[in-house]
Amino acid sequence: MTRWRRWKNKNMALFQIAEPGESAAPHEHKLAIGIDLGTTNSLVATVRSGIAICLSDDNGRSLLPSVVHYNADGSTEVGHEAQRNQALDPRNTVVSVKRFMGRGRQDIAHVESMPYDFVEAPGMVRLRTQAGIKSPVEISAEILKTLKDRAEAALGGELVGAVITVPAYFDDAQRQATKDAARLAGLNVLRLLNEPTAAAIAYGLDNGAEGVYAVYDLGGGTFDISILKLTKGVFEVMATGGDSALGGDDFDHRIFCWAIETGKLQPLSAQDARLLMMRCREAKEFLSKNPEAPITARLSTGEMVDLKLDVATFAEITRTLVSKTLQPVKKALRDAGLRPDEIKGVVMVGGATRMPQIQKAVGDFFRQEPLTNLDPDKVVALGAATQANLLAGNKTGKDDWLLLDVIPLSLGLETMGGLTEKVIPRNSTIPTARAQEFTTFKDGQTAMAIHVVQGEREMVADCRSLARFELRGIPPMVAGAARIRVTFQVDADGLLSVTAREQTTGVESSITVKPSYGLSDDEIAGMLQDSLAHAKDDAMARALREAQVEAERMIEATEAALAEDAHLLNEAEATRIRNAIAKLQEAAAGDNRRIINIAMDDLGFETQEFAHRRMDQSIKKVLSGRKVDDIRVGEEE
Amino acid sequence: MDLTADFFSLFGLPKTFRLNLSELDSRYRDVQAQVHPDRFANASEAERRLSMQWATRANEAYLTLKKPLERAKYLLELADHDLQAENNTAMPADFLMEQMEWREAVMEARAGGDHHELERLYQRLRGDMDGRYGEVGRLLDEAGDYPLATDRVRRLMFLEKLLYEIDDALASLEE
Repeated sequence: MTRWRRWKNKNMALFQIAEPGESAAPHEHKLAIGIDLGTTNSLVATVRSGIAICLSDDNGRSLLPSVVHYNADGSTEVGHEAQRNQALDPRNTVVSVKRFMGRGRQDIAHVESMPYDFVEAPGMVRLRTQAGIKSPVEISAEILKTLKDRAEAALGGELVGAVITVPAYFDDAQRQATKDAARLAGLNVLRLLNEPTAAAIAYGLDNGAEGVYAVYDLGGGTFDISILKLTKGVFEVMATGGDSALGGDDFDHRIFCWAIETGKLQPLSAQDARLLMMRCREAKEFLSKNPEAPITARLSTGEMVDLKLDVATFAEITRTLVSKTLQPVKKALRDAGLRPDEIKGVVMVGGATRMPQIQKAVGDFFRQEPLTNLDPDKVVALGAATQANLLAGNKTGKDDWLLLDVIPLSLGLETMGGLTEKVIPRNSTIPTARAQEFTTFKDGQTAMAIHVVQGEREMVADCRSLARFELRGIPPMVAGAARIRVTFQVDADGLLSVTAREQTTGVESSITVKPSYGLSDDEIAGMLQDSLAHAKDDAMARALREAQVEAERMIEATEAALAEDAHLLNEAEATRIRNAIAKLQEAAAGDNRRIINIAMDDLGFETQEFAHRRMDQSIKKVLSGRKVDDIRVGEEE
Repeated sequence: MDLTADFFSLFGLPKTFRLNLSELDSRYRDVQAQVHPDRFANASEAERRLSMQWATRANEAYLTLKKPLERAKYLLELADHDLQAENNTAMPADFLMEQMEWREAVMEARAGGDHHELERLYQRLRGDMDGRYGEVGRLLDEAGDYPLATDRVRRLMFLEKLLYEIDDALASLEE
């Protein structure tokens, strides 16, 4: 874990540093952004003068189509420019890459109608383009880089970090892939935030909402439902559910199939398929405000498509999709222990919720008009920016809130007979940890295979495999005598790490794994190298600057802690910490990355106890003034 | 205060079964507001790691104290009374008999799709359990009779499972 984290820090975003050793002013506004990395469109937002706003490109457009086009020379176009190549060069123009994040080829729906050259790879599918084989992580990083550049140009400075949103129903592999993409784009990820939760923040803070709300979030390729309790200053997710492969794209696909059938079209070339798909999407959008939409296209065969789709037919051909969203809604309500009429408001998020049949179905289910007063395309980015502003430390006294989110899917282990043993149930508030003990089943067994899975099904084969590893070095004992404790820890980003330890004898073996769907350190390093080579940058220089920035950040955090709580240290301890700071300042001024890292480790070691005492103090402070005796024993539930 | 402090101390609450639950809610939020990783997004690595450990602990404590069965089990554990739930399943015959009757009634209602009957069974069981938790509260908080409390808690473990099964049956009928 330590090794992993250390590595990550070295590759975080680059900050502007004036001179090593000079701390930034304590109340300086830190530049932080929120990014909604969507299936169809992506956005970047920030908080300016206390108000969250989406940042636009030079043409005043805030939506960036999530489309990346690869040229033969390795250069790329992203967004509207890439979109223009869609029908001309579909093979090298990637749309809806979010659907491939953390996914194998067999997991992806409608592969047969996609124009890409898929390459099977362990864990995650890859795409062969004219610029080489690209992973979904690299493709997503291109979108993130474009948004990062836009933000830096607009804000006029380097960013301290970003909150990136993910569908609440994203599993560990999909989250890990998203975080990897952000790192690859040179962003310091302050937090991965669930999209419906981000929307709830934007909505709740704007409307001073209190009570239990449902957020129905139908995006381009993912569906989420979250049930949240909003009380003064606390956003508490009670339950979440969804389908990470269901979205507006599927409605396009239904229209596409309808058009082929109704127009009696022959099998289409990749170009024609993409062209027709675009026309179908336009028809879908048109039907949100009109009773009838034309679908016309001239195919490369010379054949003309000329069809008309009316609202009633559209509702009919997409009825199963709409009802497919209501299953997770029912399940989430049940998990929260609530009935539909106990929901105070239903917030609609995602462009696909503009479809009238969706609004009607949701309204009928909850027996109330859904809330649509926020722009469903922007609300997630705005919420993410608001949270980024808080995490960056820009809060003022009254603008403070606490976010308690959950994991969407149960985490477990494979046991005998291919069965799943749940270790952490879905909807557990994060961060969370749970340990389970296992034993050996053969005399003298010295190794044990551990298979980590995610999902609700009983059979391992029906769940998502996250990681496999082997715990070796178990001392030989009779069957059943070893005690192997497997600990699952889920952090505030919803990411899992697993540790296994044998603890009957003094010998302890321990291993920490990162789920296999994420990229390995080496893979990320390779991609960074590639992208740097292309940018003609110097990898070594960049790594040194990043170490210096991290050192600076660490010094700043420690000095702030000293300014607040020096009284928790005796003189000798305070001196040791100050000395370690001085050494790190000296190291950061030089150009030896190894020495900077050693100095950072030293300062980290010296401040460990200090961190403990500060935490202890803050808990005591919040509980003080409320003596144990004062508590009236209340009625049992 | 350190990470090994018991769950009641963590929230500054008395070690009792009959807990003021709204007080538990508010203290959980107060503590979480201090230790949550969102408060340390910009802090040193040591503080970030510590924050995750504390927030994890606070969540575990809250989950344990919120549910009456878990709270009772935890109090028995603190008093060194092992429930031996896994290797000592022997229960009095009359109790097991009663359990079988309950289960038959649930299975019958489920098979017959009798939503109303399941709802009735659910309410009856809830009422029965409320009374039993009241008794556990007296045994733990007043009498200090841990052996008897242990026996009662073990019975409640069966009943909670049964309650879950009825709930499950109700949900499957709704789908």
